[in-house]
Amino acid sequence: MAILVDDSTKLVVQGLTGREGSFHAGRNKDYGTDLVAGVTPGKGGGDVDGVPIFDTVTEAVEQTGANTSMVFVPARFASDAVLESFDAGIDVIVAITENIPAMDMARTVPYLHAAERDVTLIGPNCPGLISPGKANVGIIPGEICSPGPVGLVSRSGTLTYQIVHELTQRGIGQSTCVGIGGDPIPGSNFIDILEKFEADPETEVIAMVGEIGGDAEERAAAYISDNVSKPVVAYIAGRTAPPGKRMGHAGAIISGSKGTAAAKEEALRAAGIPVAANPTAVAEEVAKILDR
Amino acid sequence: MDLFEYQGKELLRKFEIPVPEGRVATTPEEAAEAAKGLGGRVVVKAQVQIGGRGKAGGIKLAESPEEAREAADKIIGMTISNEQDPKGQLVKRVLVERAGDIREEYYVSFAIDRSARKFVGIMSAQGGMSIEEVAEKDPAAVSKVHIDPLLGFSDYHARKLVYGAKLDPEARKEAIAILPKLYRAFVELDASLVEVNPLVLMGEGRVVALDAKVSLDDSAAYRHPNFDELKSVHEVPEQERFAKERGLNFIKLDGDVGIIGNGAGLVMSTLDVVKAAGGDPANFLDVGGGAGAELLSSALEVITSNAEVKSVLVNIFGGITRCDLVAEGIIDALGRLDVQVPIVVRLDGTNAEQGRKMLADAPHPKLIPADTMLGAAEKAVALAHTKEG
Repeated sequence: MAILVDDSTKLVVQGLTGREGSFHAGRNKDYGTDLVAGVTPGKGGGDVDGVPIFDTVTEAVEQTGANTSMVFVPARFASDAVLESFDAGIDVIVAITENIPAMDMARTVPYLHAAERDVTLIGPNCPGLISPGKANVGIIPGEICSPGPVGLVSRSGTLTYQIVHELTQRGIGQSTCVGIGGDPIPGSNFIDILEKFEADPETEVIAMVGEIGGDAEERAAAYISDNVSKPVVAYIAGRTAPPGKRMGHAGAIISGSKGTAAAKEEALRAAGIPVAANPTAVAEEVAKILDR
Repeated sequence: MDLFEYQGKELLRKFEIPVPEGRVATTPEEAAEAAKGLGGRVVVKAQVQIGGRGKAGGIKLAESPEEAREAADKIIGMTISNEQDPKGQLVKRVLVERAGDIREEYYVSFAIDRSARKFVGIMSAQGGMSIEEVAEKDPAAVSKVHIDPLLGFSDYHARKLVYGAKLDPEARKEAIAILPKLYRAFVELDASLVEVNPLVLMGEGRVVALDAKVSLDDSAAYRHPNFDELKSVHEVPEQERFAKERGLNFIKLDGDVGIIGNGAGLVMSTLDVVKAAGGDPANFLDVGGGAGAELLSSALEVITSNAEVKSVLVNIFGGITRCDLVAEGIIDALGRLDVQVPIVVRLDGTNAEQGRKMLADAPHPKLIPADTMLGAAEKAVALAHTKEG
C-alpha cells in the first residue's frame, strides 16, 4: 500500500529539460520510479536520457499513461503548470517549486479542492514524497529511507530527512514520507494526509512534523482526536523563533501572538498527542509505540 | 516587504482610495516646506514600521510651518520601540499631512486567511487600536467576511462589513464605495495584507484612509515593476545585506551561538535544540538546498563577522546538499578568515563520510567535529560559555 505514490506511479515531469528537473528526475528514476515522460513546451519530440519530451501534459498523458506529475518549472510558470496537469487528468501533482506568489496559490488550491475529481496537490515549496522501495517523486534522498510502518508528514524538507535518519538508525522504516511544504497555502495540509495514512493498512504509526505559522497543526490536532485511530507523534520546529520574522519558509511566521510553537504543542497535547522535544525524541517516541 | 505608511498611501491613492494630502520629509526644513505647501494645520508622522508611534511621541500636530519644523526636528532621529520590538526603529523620515477634523475612527483590512484558503475582510467601528485587542474585548464589534478568490469581492461583502461593524450612518455610503477599491488594491498589488487603521469619518462627512499598512509578497516582485523602487528606501543592516547578496537566508537574533544549517525547518529545529541545551542562538541562517563550498564559506564569514558570536554550530543534513562540498567550504573559510571562535560541525546525509574525512584530514584548532545534532548543540553551547584565553 503506502499513500499517493507506489509501484503503479507513472511520472511525468514538467520542466524535465531544466538543470534541476533533469537532475532530480534522474535520481527518482534511478530509485526505481517509473519516469515515463517530460514536458517542455517547444521541445516536444526530443528526449532526456531516453525519456520522451512532449509539448503539453495532455499529449504526455495520452501517449504514456502518466498518472502523476512533478512540477519543476520556475515560480512564475508554476501555478499554470499545476493547472495544466489537472486539466490533463493527472490526480497526483507534486510541486517542488519555491517562491510561487501567494495570490496564485490562493486561487489554484481552492480550485483543485473544489474539483469533482479527487485530485491531490503536494507542495508547492516542498521536497515531494517517497514510498520507500516503491517510488520516489521529489528530492528526498532515497538512500536514507527504508520500507516500514511509519507514515511521516512534514512542512519541512531537511528536518524530515533528520527524522527519517533517526528512524532508520533504529531500524524503523516508513510507509510514505510526505513533505507538504512551507508555503502559507499548501496544496495539501496535515489533515488531507492524515486521512490517507489512517486509511492505509501499511501505516501503523504517524509522525507529524509542524512548524510555526498558521494554525494547521491546531486543526490537525482536533481532526486527529475525532478521526484518527492510529497513534500519532508530533514535533513542532520554531520554539525559539521571534515573532514577526519569516523563518526561511514563506509560511513560517508568528503573526502577533498567532502561530507560536507553544500554542501548537498545547493543542496537540490537549488532544492526547505526544509532542517530542527534538527530532531525536520523535524517533524515540515512535520506537516506544512500536515496542522496538 | 512591509511598506512605510507613505508608500502604502501612495499605492492606495492609485486605486482611488481617499487619503489625506501629504508629503515626505527627511529634514525639519523639508517638513516646514511641506507644511507651507499644504497650508493650514498639518500632522507630522514618524515613518516607522512599528505600532504605538503616537504614544511614543512620533505623531505631532503643527499649526504652522515653523511648528512643523520643530515637530520634525524632534521626531527625526528618535528611536521608537514597543513591547514586540524593544530595540526599536530609528526615524529617518516623516510624513507631513493636512490635518482634518476626525469624527470617528474605524478599522478595515484585507488579508489571506491561510486556514480557510480564502481572502478575509475585517471591519470594526473601533479604529485606532489593534484589531486583536478589539476582537478580544468586544468580539461583536468585529465584522468579518470570507471572499472566494475565484469569485472575488461582491457588493454584499461590503454591505455585510459596513452594516455588521455598525459604522455611523453618515459614513456607510462612502465606506461601501471604498471597500471594493481596497480589495482591488489588495489583489492587484499581490499584497499579503492591506490594513487601514484608522479609516476615519471626517467632520465634513468624508471617509478617508488616515493610515495604511501594506505588506507585499516578495515572491510576486517580478510582476510589479515598482517593487525594487519601493524596496530601495528600506535599510537593511550590513550583515543581513551581505548575507542576502550571497543568497543566504539570514535573520539576526540576540544570542552568542552562531547557527548555520540547510533547510528552514532544520535550522529552526537547530535553534530550538541550542536553546534547550542552555544556549542562545545568535542568528538563523539557512544556506538552502544544494549549497556549494563557496556558499558555506560565505555563511561562515557572515556568522563570524558578528563580534557577539562565541561559538558556531554547523548542522547539515545532506540531501541535494553534498557534505563533501560543505567540508570544502568550511576548510576554505578557515584558511581565508581569521576565525577566533570554535566551529562545531555535524554532517550527515549525502557524502557525509567523505566530508567528515576531509575535515579530519585538515585539522584546525577551532574545528570541532560532532556526531549527532543534539551532541553538536551541547558542544557549541558549552564552548560559547567557556571563557577563553
